[in-house]
Parts: sequence; C-alpha cells; structure tokens
Amino acid sequence: MPDPVVHVAELTKIYKVPEREAGLRAAAKALFKRQTRDVRAVEAISFDIEAGEVVGFLGPNGAGKTTTLKMLAGLLYPTSGDARVLGHIPSKREREYLRRMTMVMGNRNQLQWDIPALDSFELNRAIYRLQRDDYLAMRDELIELLDVGDLVRKPVRNLSLGERMKVEIVGALLHRPQVLFLDEPTIGLDVTMQKRIRTFIDVYNRRHGATVLLTSHYMADVEALCKRVIVIHHGRILFDGALAALADEFAAYKTIGVVLENGGIPLDAYGEVVHNEGDRVSIRVPKTETSRVAARLLAEHEVLDLTIEEPPIEDVIESVFAQPAAQ
Amino acid sequence: MSVDVARLPEAGRWRSLYDFYLTTMRTAIASQLQYRVTNYFYMLGMIAEPVVYLVVWTTIAKDQGGAVNGITTGEFAAYYIVWTLVRNMNIVFGAPFWEWRIREGRLAGDLLKPMYILHYDLAYFAGWKFVVVVLWLPIAFGLSAVFHPTLSPTPLEIVVFICAIWGAYLVRSMFQGTIGMLNFWTTRGAAVFDLYMATEMLLSGRLVPLQLMPEWVQTLANFLPFKWTFGFPIESLVGNLSTRDLLLGLCAQALWIGIGLVLFKVAWSSAIKRFVSVGN
Repeated sequence: MPDPVVHVAELTKIYKVPEREAGLRAAAKALFKRQTRDVRAVEAISFDIEAGEVVGFLGPNGAGKTTTLKMLAGLLYPTSGDARVLGHIPSKREREYLRRMTMVMGNRNQLQWDIPALDSFELNRAIYRLQRDDYLAMRDELIELLDVGDLVRKPVRNLSLGERMKVEIVGALLHRPQVLFLDEPTIGLDVTMQKRIRTFIDVYNRRHGATVLLTSHYMADVEALCKRVIVIHHGRILFDGALAALADEFAAYKTIGVVLENGGIPLDAYGEVVHNEGDRVSIRVPKTETSRVAARLLAEHEVLDLTIEEPPIEDVIESVFAQPAAQ
Repeated sequence: MSVDVARLPEAGRWRSLYDFYLTTMRTAIASQLQYRVTNYFYMLGMIAEPVVYLVVWTTIAKDQGGAVNGITTGEFAAYYIVWTLVRNMNIVFGAPFWEWRIREGRLAGDLLKPMYILHYDLAYFAGWKFVVVVLWLPIAFGLSAVFHPTLSPTPLEIVVFICAIWGAYLVRSMFQGTIGMLNFWTTRGAAVFDLYMATEMLLSGRLVPLQLMPEWVQTLANFLPFKWTFGFPIESLVGNLSTRDLLLGLCAQALWIGIGLVLFKVAWSSAIKRFVSVGN
C-alpha cells in the first residue's frame, strides 16, 4: 500500500499568549514580570490522507483548522508531533516541497495588488521555476476552467471579491500542485461564485489527481466535494470518517415525514412536530426511537407515504460544535 | 493524471535565479509605474532633507569665505545632490516594513512560495530603484542648476560609485532586515530601528559629511557599517579618494555585506520558528 500523501501523528501546536488584568497597576507589574498563558490550538491530532482524496476539515472558529493547515503548509512550526506531506517535513520548508503544494486562504490576497494578475502569474512562473511551455499550458487551462480570460488583464485591486478569488486560485495552481490546502476558499462569495469554485476544485482534483484538504463554513462546499470529513474542536479531532457517517455518530434525532390519508390529526404524542401542512407532517424523534415511532405511525394511522431522513448536515455539525471541551 | 511539477526539468540554478531577479524587478517596476503622481510627490519629499542640509552648509561656507573645513560650496552642492541618489538607492525593506508584512498577512503568502525571502526583497526593491533613478534625473538637473555643484569624477570613480551604491543597498538590506527580524519577538521592533537610524544619521555621513566630524568619530565610523552605506558611495564620486581607498571601500562593503548576511540568516532561521501567523 502506498504511503499516505498527508501523514499527521500527535501533531500539537501551543501558542504562548501574554495576558494581564486591566488597569495601570497590572500594566506596571507586567513591565517587570510578564504573565503568559499556553493556548493549545492543536492537541495531539493524528490522521492520514491518501492520494487524490478530497477531505473536509471542519470545526468552529478557533477550533484549530487553520493552525493545522498552516503547519502542514510549512508556515507554522509545530510544538511537537510529526507531520509529513508527500514525504516531506513541512516545517523544513524544502524547496521541492513548496513546489508541490499550495495553500489558498480565502481572506488573503497573494497576488500583486496594483498590477494585472497576468503579471503576478509571470512572477509565479519565475518563483516556481516553471518551463515556459508548461506554464503557458497550465495558465491557459486554468483561465479557461475558471472563465477569467477578461479579468486577468485588470489590476487586481479593481476586481470584485469573487473575481479576485478566482484569479487567486489560478495563481496558486500554476505550478500544478499535488496537494491543495484550501482555507475557506469560498468565504464571502455569492452562491453562484461558490458553486463555480466548487465545480472547479472538483474538476482539478479529477483531472490532476490532486489531494485536497478543505476547510469551509459552507456545508454545501463540503457536501459537494468531500466524501470524508475530519471534525476538529478545541484542538482535538472529534470525528474522522465518511460524511454520511457523521450524522450516525452525532445526530441525536431523525426526521420522520409522513403523508396521511386524513390530515389534521395531532401527532405531538409521537415526537416534536416541526412541520404540519395539511396531510404532510414532519416529526423530529430521538434517533434511537425512530423505528418504534415509525412502526406506531404505520400501525395507528392511514399512512400514504413515510420517509426517514437524517437531519441537515448543518444541524449535525452544530451539535458537534456544541460539545464542551474535554478536560 | 498530470505530471508532478517537481519532477519537471528546471532551468539551471543560476539561470533560474537570474530569471527570478529579472521578473521580480519587472513586476516591481510595473507596480511602481501605477502611481506616477505619488512617485513624484515622494521624490519631492525625499529631497527636502538634503536641500535643508545643503542650504545650511552653503550659508555657513559663504560666511566663512567660501569653504568649511576645506569643503567649498560647490563641493557641498555635489555632496548633497549625489546624496539624494544614494539615499534613494539605499532605501530598503526595514523594520517597519517587516512589521507591516507580518501584521497584514503578506509574509504568510510569501512563505508559501519556494523562494528565499531575502532574494525576493532584494530583487523587488532593486526594480523599484530603476523607477526612482529615472524620476531623480530631472530633480538632479534642477538642483544642479540652482546650487552649481563641483563635480568632475574620473571613469574609475564612476565605476566604483555604481558598485558602491549597490553595495550600500546590500549592506543596508542585510542590517535592516536583521533588525526587522525583531518583529518576530516583539511588536515594538521599531524602537530598535529608531536607535539604528539615529546612529546611522550621525555616523554615516547622512547628516553631515564625515570629514566635518571630530577625528574620533571618523575613526569609529570606519569600523561600523553605517559609513559604507552613505559617506563612502558619495565620497567615491565627489571626493578625492585614492584608488587604494576606493578599492578598500568596496572591500569594506563586501565585508559588511557578508557579516550582515550571516546575521540575517541566523536571525531568520530562529525567527521563522516563532512565526505565529495568527489571524492571517
């Protein structure tokens, strides 16, 4: 079996954060004796990602997602633990490693602000030491895929957020990276633009066999792209598995939808009625009670149709995030 | 499935480095040309400082019969007009820039790329210099018309001057870059930077030509890097340095570039481990 593209074992990052009480006295005291607190941003996390996988890395703000991505991209030096990507130790920041990966940060501009993106692409060609033919072929392919032919000639500062994100992605992929760390690539974009970028990531992954680790607060991104998700909270991994299995693990309830022969019957005795419109009723029931409640409904009423649904992924994630930090 | 780019043939190392410098410089020039009016206002602001020095020293020289300590009004004019070029040439990415770069998250973007950050900074600002020199020319002509400099350099002095202004750029880049590394330890690295600038002001020939300073200051200046970033490049063109002094000056610059490079590398390798990149 080939080695995983991303291998993370017991990876930890602890920040030392200065802190003091408010007020002049505390300020004067801090002049002589600084107080710091250890913030365990990422705590002994472990996972592997195989070649070509697209993995969603989920967690609320401050969970440790971006810190993990930055350690894997070689931006941050881990406090302890082991991280290897494509066989390289990211913190060594070897040239060959940096040529094989990319990181796109949705809220950051990495292109030259005052000049057209084409000039920044040319600069990236020189930085990544790309052969001109390879560079031109890749550049044109990406420009076509993202449909940004008319944008790359405008100064970056004149582009809208969505337009800028698209040209940012072109710039970040010119060197055909094998590993993509995407940190909220669709943040702040409208639905159409989100979909466009989502589709692009999917096509790039298929066409180039790239491995993708994606963070996003938009579940639509995750559902469209990731078969597997890793959920991190308070710096620890809470779940690592198929997206479909996430609800099994964390959803406390399911939703039973019924279409009745005779509408208007009160069904509150079966669970929490979340929707009641004529003969169509949706009832939220505890997961463990689902089969029993469904059987009762079928036995006690004239049911024309019955469906059992997992809760929306947003609700599942919300329930995961609501978990308190482990002591 | 695509070919892994890391396994694609690269151009040779030196050729790639040359290509990188050229492309980065072109990018810097293109960026700089976006702001024509700003550039001119910047240049006008930049000449205010030497013009003040020039007016003061010219007035003193006239009061003292046309010279101060052997420096005539024409030589003062030459000194401070060349000063304007040297000053622009040795503007580098200093501590305040490093503070901005870290705070604004630009460093995170730069670190993702397979390049040594010092190369990028040197190349980028080197490109910027070309725009500055073009803008400087009419200003130099204007100042010459008003202050009548005495300037008759030999071909050797011109060659040494050209090398020396780039040498000064490199010396300053190394030392200011090293001070910039303090931003990884403290958010107030500017305090040390200000101390450096004040020392430089006095010991470099920026405020006053060094030959007007006390003997002991001149001796001290010989053993510090500052003189080689201002006084020496200017003197190489406007002074009467012997061939030996000219070549020794270039050697001193080379030495300080080497020392600065070692300091920068040591500071950088330690600083990068402290980079937190929070919120960027």
